[in-house]
Amino acid sequence: MLHEPAAQSGKDPAFAYKRTLGWKMFVAYALFYAGFIVINLLKPVMMELIVIAGLNLAVVYGFALIIIALILALIYNRACSKREAELAKSEEV
Amino acid sequence: MNEILPVVLFVLFVAFVLGVSFYFAGKAKSASGYYAAGGSIHWGVNGIAFAGDYLSAASFLGICGMIATAGYDGFLYSIGYLAGWIVALFIVAEPMKRLGKYTFTDALDANFDSRGIKLLAAISTLVVSVCYLIPQMVGAGTLVTPLLGLPHYVGVILVGVIVITIVATAGMTSTTYVQFLKGSLLLIFSTVLVVALFLRGLSTTPDQGGRVPFPEYRAMAATESGGSLAVDDAQYQVVERKKAGGAEFAKLAKGGEQSWWKLVSKDGKFELVQTQWSVTGASGTTMINGAPASKKNQLALVGNLEKIDGKTGEAANTGSIGPFKFLSLIGDPDSSVVRWKEAKFSDGADKVTVYYQIHTPGNKILRPGLKFSLEGTPLERIDFVSLMIALFLGTAALPHILIRYYTVPNPAAARKSTIVAIAAIGLFYILTLFMGLGAMTGGVVNLTDSNMAAPLLARSFGTFLFSMISAIAFATVLGTVSGLIIAASGAVAHDLLDRYGKVIKNDKQKVMVGKATAFVVGFIAIGLGIIFKGVNVTFLVGLAFAVAASANLPSIVMMLFWKRTTSQGITASITIGIVSSVGLILFSPTLYALYGMDPSTAPVPLNNPGIISIPLSFATLVVVSLLSKGTQAKAVKA
Repeated sequence: MLHEPAAQSGKDPAFAYKRTLGWKMFVAYALFYAGFIVINLLKPVMMELIVIAGLNLAVVYGFALIIIALILALIYNRACSKREAELAKSEEV
Repeated sequence: MNEILPVVLFVLFVAFVLGVSFYFAGKAKSASGYYAAGGSIHWGVNGIAFAGDYLSAASFLGICGMIATAGYDGFLYSIGYLAGWIVALFIVAEPMKRLGKYTFTDALDANFDSRGIKLLAAISTLVVSVCYLIPQMVGAGTLVTPLLGLPHYVGVILVGVIVITIVATAGMTSTTYVQFLKGSLLLIFSTVLVVALFLRGLSTTPDQGGRVPFPEYRAMAATESGGSLAVDDAQYQVVERKKAGGAEFAKLAKGGEQSWWKLVSKDGKFELVQTQWSVTGASGTTMINGAPASKKNQLALVGNLEKIDGKTGEAANTGSIGPFKFLSLIGDPDSSVVRWKEAKFSDGADKVTVYYQIHTPGNKILRPGLKFSLEGTPLERIDFVSLMIALFLGTAALPHILIRYYTVPNPAAARKSTIVAIAAIGLFYILTLFMGLGAMTGGVVNLTDSNMAAPLLARSFGTFLFSMISAIAFATVLGTVSGLIIAASGAVAHDLLDRYGKVIKNDKQKVMVGKATAFVVGFIAIGLGIIFKGVNVTFLVGLAFAVAASANLPSIVMMLFWKRTTSQGITASITIGIVSSVGLILFSPTLYALYGMDPSTAPVPLNNPGIISIPLSFATLVVVSLLSKGTQAKAVKA
């Protein structure tokens, strides 16, 4: 009896698009993350290599994992918002 | 003044937090208001509240402490915790909002209406929440001792009582604003601390801005002949020698005083290096460095650079430096960091702990390997992979994080708030590397409690920053514990009593039961926080992630992406996930050490269970779903 949504979400025609895009971007990031683990397992000494501005691969890769997560998130949001707007417009027409 | 300021800031902060709770109390009369803040929180506020919820004592105290003692290995937690948000954003955020109401059980059960799912998912929520509560409460106790001069257990009780008040008065609404406030302050003052660190620069003789003289540790030559050791300085006599933890120590006597020194032999020459030590006698009295332990006589704070780019002394002082230079100098192969290890042994009826220096080249500090032995045995390497998998997959399965998706109006807001969270949390985790390394090289590491690294680093910049950082760290605990208790309340009142047991008759009753649950869970948390005193909080949270990733994530992912998932498959997966992950943890080497047993006798050789329990949970779901004829999941529809 009490099981009703806290806030009703309307129909979302972009749902399938967002799910597919999300899955692809997840796989891309997971591969990048796996690369970090694999280097540490197979050739940990490689992490000491100086890559840029005196920073070694461990620091650069670690920061990249954080910064690329944000960049991918922004790209994902832009793509989703755009598709939501397009589909909402076509529904209005 | 110096004693009063931290207390005043702390009291003001707590008063403000409680004021917020009472202000919003009126909004928490309905179940929607109490458990989901009425679904009316703005995505920007929710995003920072996510950060406030997620950046727990483990992140702030534990990670900084682990970086301060184990270098880059502590930063692995930062990377893994942040990466987990990608799973939350791309896989979980919008479907969770679309399918759920108050708890993640709602979403999991949306296509099945299965009593088994309701029961198991609620139990899983409670198990994960309790696992996660322990390190938060331990962190609370750790903070109050230097901040207010109160014992550890008082801090735990204080947090418990305040959090119960927050949750019992206004539920998710007050919790959200406490988390928002805490998340904002944490980011601002962590940035201030890191900028102050850059302005101070690096030195081989850190004196905390002139406040504390840098302690020099002596080394004396010694000679061994016929198996007998003699100190070249005739004032000292060798009383006895002890081997422990792969090192050798000598007890020396000078006049009526005795002290423990580390014996180092190289190329046939012997050297005795000064240590710090504590001795606990049979009567329970403790001596620190030869004098009775007291508020004034504690182990000295440690950690410094021995060489910076090959230079020592005045020539090594860098003055103000930028972030890249800061990292490149610490990570330089010609730099060397003095870290400290401990060895424990018995000396007659006395229990002795000796803390001694080890010298680590900079290039080993800024790469994984000091804690996780990547060039060690296959098992040690598997342990590392296991941890990284659990961190990556755990975030999107934490019940107290998932319920925050129900506080925003729609799925798009859920998505946007996750992105704000990634930006805020990502920035904070980058700062943890600087704060941890700053503590490691700044002479502020507490030998008996690494969790205090960040607040003690702040104290090296003066009382105000220390007071603010400590008050924020305390708020960090409040924010996260509030979220966990709300999650537990929802699991009991909404999942178990309403939807599973069908004993809740109306909205008002559901809120009352939720508040009562907050009291019970709060008291359990207080007890656990006292019992687990002293264990590194990041390690404990890593385990909570493994349980969440094993028990919840396989069901969430498969329910969304595999049409043949059945309710039986989900209940079996949750059961196996909880039992296997908790079981593997209970029989792991780290827990054996905690029990006071020899870690090498632990039946499970891994400390991190994720690499076994997560695939096992996935496999169970697939096999049971294929074998069962239960309700087949409908594809998640728009």
